[in-house]
Formats: sequence, C-alpha cells, structure tokens
Amino acid sequence: MTTLDPVLLSRILTGLTLFVHIIFASIGVGVPLMIALAEWRGLRKNDVHYTLLARRWARGFVITVAVGVVTGTSIGLQLSLLWPMFMRVAGQAIALPLFMETFAFFIEAIFLGIYLYTWDRFKNKYTHMLLLIPVALGSSASAIFITTVNSFMNQPQGFTLIDGIMKDIHPIAAMLNPATPTKVTHVLASSYTLSAGLLAGIAAFSMLRGRGHVYYKKALKLTTVSALVFAVSTIMLGDSSGKFLAKYQPEKLAAAEWHFKTMKEAPLVYGGILDENNEVKYALEIPYALSILAGNRPDTEVKGLEEYPADLRPPLSIHYMFDLKVTTGVIIFLIPVLYVFRRWLPGRKPYPKWLLMGIVFLGPLAMIAIELGWMFAEVGRQPWILRGYMKVSEAATTSTSVGWMLVLFILLYLVLCFSCIRVLSKLFRNKEAEKELESLGLEGGIVH
Amino acid sequence: MMSYELIGISVLWLFLYGYIIIASIDFGAGFFAFYARFTKQDHVTNKLISRYLSPVWEITNVFFVFFYIGIIGFFPETSYYYGSAMLVPGSLAVILLAIRGSFYAFENYGSKNNLVYLFLYGATGVLIPASLSVALTLSEGGFILKQGETASLDYWALFSSPLSWSIVGLAIVSVLFISASFLAFYASRAEDHGALKLMRTYALFWSTPTIVIALTTFIFLGQHNERHFQNMMDLWWLLAFSVAFFMIAMWLLYRGRRYGWAFICIMLQFFSAFFAYGIGHYPYILDPYITIQSSVTSSSMGFALVVAFIGGMCLLVPSLILVFRLFLFDADYVKGKK
Repeated sequence: MTTLDPVLLSRILTGLTLFVHIIFASIGVGVPLMIALAEWRGLRKNDVHYTLLARRWARGFVITVAVGVVTGTSIGLQLSLLWPMFMRVAGQAIALPLFMETFAFFIEAIFLGIYLYTWDRFKNKYTHMLLLIPVALGSSASAIFITTVNSFMNQPQGFTLIDGIMKDIHPIAAMLNPATPTKVTHVLASSYTLSAGLLAGIAAFSMLRGRGHVYYKKALKLTTVSALVFAVSTIMLGDSSGKFLAKYQPEKLAAAEWHFKTMKEAPLVYGGILDENNEVKYALEIPYALSILAGNRPDTEVKGLEEYPADLRPPLSIHYMFDLKVTTGVIIFLIPVLYVFRRWLPGRKPYPKWLLMGIVFLGPLAMIAIELGWMFAEVGRQPWILRGYMKVSEAATTSTSVGWMLVLFILLYLVLCFSCIRVLSKLFRNKEAEKELESLGLEGGIVH
Repeated sequence: MMSYELIGISVLWLFLYGYIIIASIDFGAGFFAFYARFTKQDHVTNKLISRYLSPVWEITNVFFVFFYIGIIGFFPETSYYYGSAMLVPGSLAVILLAIRGSFYAFENYGSKNNLVYLFLYGATGVLIPASLSVALTLSEGGFILKQGETASLDYWALFSSPLSWSIVGLAIVSVLFISASFLAFYASRAEDHGALKLMRTYALFWSTPTIVIALTTFIFLGQHNERHFQNMMDLWWLLAFSVAFFMIAMWLLYRGRRYGWAFICIMLQFFSAFFAYGIGHYPYILDPYITIQSSVTSSSMGFALVVAFIGGMCLLVPSLILVFRLFLFDADYVKGKK
C-alpha cells in the first residue's frame, strides 16, 4: 500500500467522527441554556408549564449528551491514533486548551448528574436551577477551549519551529491567536441557534399534530424568539469571520468566492459553476459586495487566488459550501421573523400551518448550516493541517489498518444515531405533556 | 522544587489510579447487572446498581479522558508512539466505550428493560479493561516494531506473550473484585440485605483469582522485563502492604461487617500495588523508547499545565465532594427514599 492511502482514510475517518460529534456537541452547548431559561421563567412566573418544559427537555437532553460524550471521546483519541506525527509536533502547543477542556467537561458532567437527580430535593427552589449554571458554563467553556485548538491550527502562533520541533512556546499566545475571537463566538452563537431551533421544531411539530394545549404555545414562543435572537447574532458574528478571513487567511476567502485576481471594488459571486478554464458561469454577481464583506468599504482591496502557488490553494469546491451555508443561515433568520410578524401576514392566523412547518425545519436547517460551516472551515485550509507549517499529508499515521477502523466506526455511528433517534422518539411519543401535567398533579383538565 | 515531569507523572498516575477504581466499579456493575438478569436475580441488584451509577456514569468517562489528555499534554512524545501502535486496540476500546456509554443512557433514561442493551452494557464491561490493558503491556517494551520513522505493533509478540494475557486476566478479575466489594458496601448502606448477600458472595469469589493472577503476572513480568521486576522487588514493603490490606479486606468481608472499611482496604491494596508498579517503571514511560525526561513538554507549557491543573482542582474537588455527599453518603438517597 502507498503511504497516501492512510492519509485519505484518516481524513475521512476524522471528518466522519466530527460530522457526527458537532451536532451532538452543539446540542450539548445550547440546550442547557434553554433548559435554564425555561426553569427560570417557570419559577419567576410561578408557571408549571415552563417547569415541565425544562423537565422534559432535560430528560431528552441526557440521551444526546451520552452520544456527544462518546463521540467526543472518539475524536479525542483519534487525534493521536490517526495523526501521531501532528501530535508529536503540535502537542506541545495545544496541550493547555485540551487540558482545560477536560476540566470544563468534568464540571459539566458532575453538575449535570446532580441536576438530573435532584428535582424536588432542595428547599430553596432556585438552588436546583442554579445547578444548571455550571452545566451551561462548562459546556460553553469546553466549546471555547476546543475551538481555540482549531483556531490555532488555522492561525498558528506562539512558537518557533526549528527542525520540526516547536521551541519557545507561549501557551497563552497560541490559544489567543487571531482566529480565536471570531471562531469561538461564531461557534457558540450557532450552537445556541441550533438548540433553540430544534426545541422550537419539537413544539411546532406537536402543534401540527393537533395539540392545542397552551403548554405548546408557550414552548413555541420561548424557543422561536430565542432562535431569532441567536440567529441574528450568528449572522453578525459570521460577518466578522469573513473580515477575519480577508485579513488573515485571504486564500480561503478567495477560494470560497472564486476570486482569482487581486482587486479593489471586488464583486461577490453567488452560486454558479466553474468550467475547466476556471471561468465562472451562471453566477449572480453582486458588485462591490466582496470588498464590503472584506473591509466594510467598496474600495477595499481583496487578494486573489492567483497570488498563491497552485499546490497551496484550497479546493475551489468550498464555494458551494460557503454559499449554501450563508443561504441556510438567512433562511434560519427569516423563519422566526415571520413567526414574530405572523399576525400582520395575509390570513392573520395565530399559527399558520406553513409557518409551523417552517419552524419544524429550523433545527435540521441549523444542523445543515453547522455541518457546511465546519466543512468550509476545514476543507478551506487544505492542504495544511497546521497552516503554513505542516501539511496534512505529513501528519497522518502510516498504519495500514485505518480502512478497517473506518468501517467499524461507520457502523458504530449508524447504530448510535439510529438508536438515539429511536430512543428519543419513544421517550416522548408514549408520554404526552398534557398527561404528564395531569399525572404530576400540576393541572386538572386540558385547557384550550 | 519538583521538576515538571515528576509532577506530571505523579498527577497522571494518581488519576489513572482513580480511573481504575471508579471505572472498575462501573464496568463490573455492568457485568453483574447482566449476569443477574441472566440468572433471574435482577430484582435483587439492579435497582441498587442503577441508583449509584445513574448520576456518575459520565464522570467515570471524564477520568479516562483526563488521564489521556494529561499524558499527551505533559509527554507529547507518547502520543506518537502509542498513537501509532495503538490504532487498532485503541479504536476498539473507543468503540466499546462508545457502545457502553450511550447504551447505558439509552437503557436507563430511555427504553427500560431492553435485553440487547443490557447485554452490550455487560459484555463491554469485561472487554474494555481487556483492550485498555494492552497499553500497560506495551509499556513494558518489546511489542513495538520500529522501522525508520514508522512505529507499529508486533501482534505476534503480543498474542504469544504470557505477560500480556496475564495482564488482561488481571484487569478483568480485579474489575469484578473491586466492583463486587463496592456494591456490597453500597448495599449495606442501603440496608438491602438481598443484594448485600449476593454481592458479598461475588466479592469473596473473585478475590482468589485476583490474588493468584496478580502473582503470576508478577512472575511473567520478571521474565519479560528484568529491570522493572528488580525495581519492584526493591519496593517489597509496598507490595507487602498491598497483601496485608488484601488480607484485612478479606477478613472483614468474610466476617460480614464493616463493608466500608473492607472497600477502603481494597482501595489501599490496589493503591500500594499500583504505585509499586509505577515507581518501578520509572524512568520509562515506554521501555525503551520514551523516558519521562526525554519526552517532557517545554517548560513554559509544563508551567501552564501545572497552573491549569491547580485551578481545575480548586473547582473539581468541591464538586466531587458535593456529588459524593448527595449520592454516596446521603443515607436516604442510597436507600431510595429521595
């Protein structure tokens, strides 16, 4: 076997693990915040509906946490198993955030366990809700730390590389590299959007199935409005990520925009296809937009791909990922906007069916956007694993067993995702919220 | 001032010990839960097991990740050798851990009483210690082939070595022994006499193979790695402590009282043996390729890691105490009243 095979297989296996993990990880980051919000409202307004909402979300949340934990463990170990050469060189510089991430994860794990088993155990009702603060902080902190590692791989700094060995390492400088602020905030905001969107979808789905209880309306309002707030911030932070790229990783932005010649007043290319001579066809060209995206002014100079040698250019296919991600992002923003203004729309219905259908798709759309965003970010820094220092092809394992492991992991993830969906749907299908309210003695009849 | 490498390896060894104890309870519990279902005694034990495990299963996993991230942080060179050589056993361990962790949650929080889930949970409980113990075997040297820049695992040497099999055997029986004695203690706290009787029997049963295989492993270690064996012989007093604690634990279990003390003695038994093993291994992490001094991270990163560790501990220790107070030492919770 050639040495190239393990490289490609390692890339596929790492990509697959991350593909599964980021969905569950994003849920893990965002849902605790939503649970805390619901429980807090329940206590403040003395409204059992919100408290039940928090309980039911928490019950489903553990199932997704389990899959998030195990896929996270996978990616943690695969870092060394599949990329030993990379870890040998960069392990020196990324040890600190990895280490701190486990601490954050530890805190989250401990308090989630306590939270789940202490409903009704404390005298002060707020004590239980406060347990969610370390859970939410822990999960967000682990997202922050692990994203600094990824930022470091995109924008390495804080060391000098001498004969393949890192010397003169500044751990904090490596963590707080120029990519960190935009990446971290964009990751957090998109995770919150995904979580709020998913929960909104569940409420909308129940209403589409004919549940008219006020419980679902409250759930829908809380989650859809949150989704709107988070979506707006995700888009704004996405814009600053674009400006970051223009300044620090122009080749990624240029490849994403099929921008070949360095120029001022650069147009933005939306959609289209590329022929074999790298001519753009059937695309929508928005004048000045790329310059505005890159520097807020039409006369900003945007570097073109031609400034980079061919073997250091990212694949041009990332254009599709970028456009699709941005389009999905806009749709995710528009659906909750329509919800807020639904009473002014033609028909003036409180809950139009088509709108509920749209809200059901918020979660899946956000998942697609997150996947596309990560694929864009990761494929966009090819051929580097440590941009400017180490290529992917030099970093992978040379083992010939990667193919078999890939097969096993594909099977594992299929089983995990399938079982997770099955368990979750079973958990709620057999237990409607109305009946649960009744059985908990929280409410007598069904209010319409 | 102690050097970073010594601080690092001591901290990590302590965490690995913590993981072994906590994970053993967990892995063994899975096995016993399945075995009890299989022999139709599950009504006796399963409530007890799930009551203890439900709030803490995630913490167990973190101990493992912590050790693993810690060792590549303090000793980045290890990730190169172990990463290259452990691809297959490591991946298998990850897959087993994944099945175990998720199916525990599926079974406990989702669909109850699914026999397939419980079987997977029980089977992985003995397979994971077996696959993870390969890393300990590798550290003794002689199982990694190095050709140029490529390090790979010598499967033939591994599978034909009596040492590697006895380490696997020791891992499995210790798991069952530690777990049974902890669950006996937990049952006695819960005043659950049925479960206590069963778990005490299990603990007494698994004590014999534990001590026998520990002895044979020691002998095979002597044949495989003379240096390590001699170093451990120099620490004979630690090994003597270990045996003494084992005898006290057995006596307490046999008498059928003070299960808490019995479990503490078993913890101390493993603690002294584990540290005799670890100190004897010094200065090698992977004989003969990695020594502690040769692979340590740069001093600035070492300092940052120690600071992060101290900060992390300030958060972690009170949190762990809180968990223990709520779920382990709260008599009402243990008895199922809360």
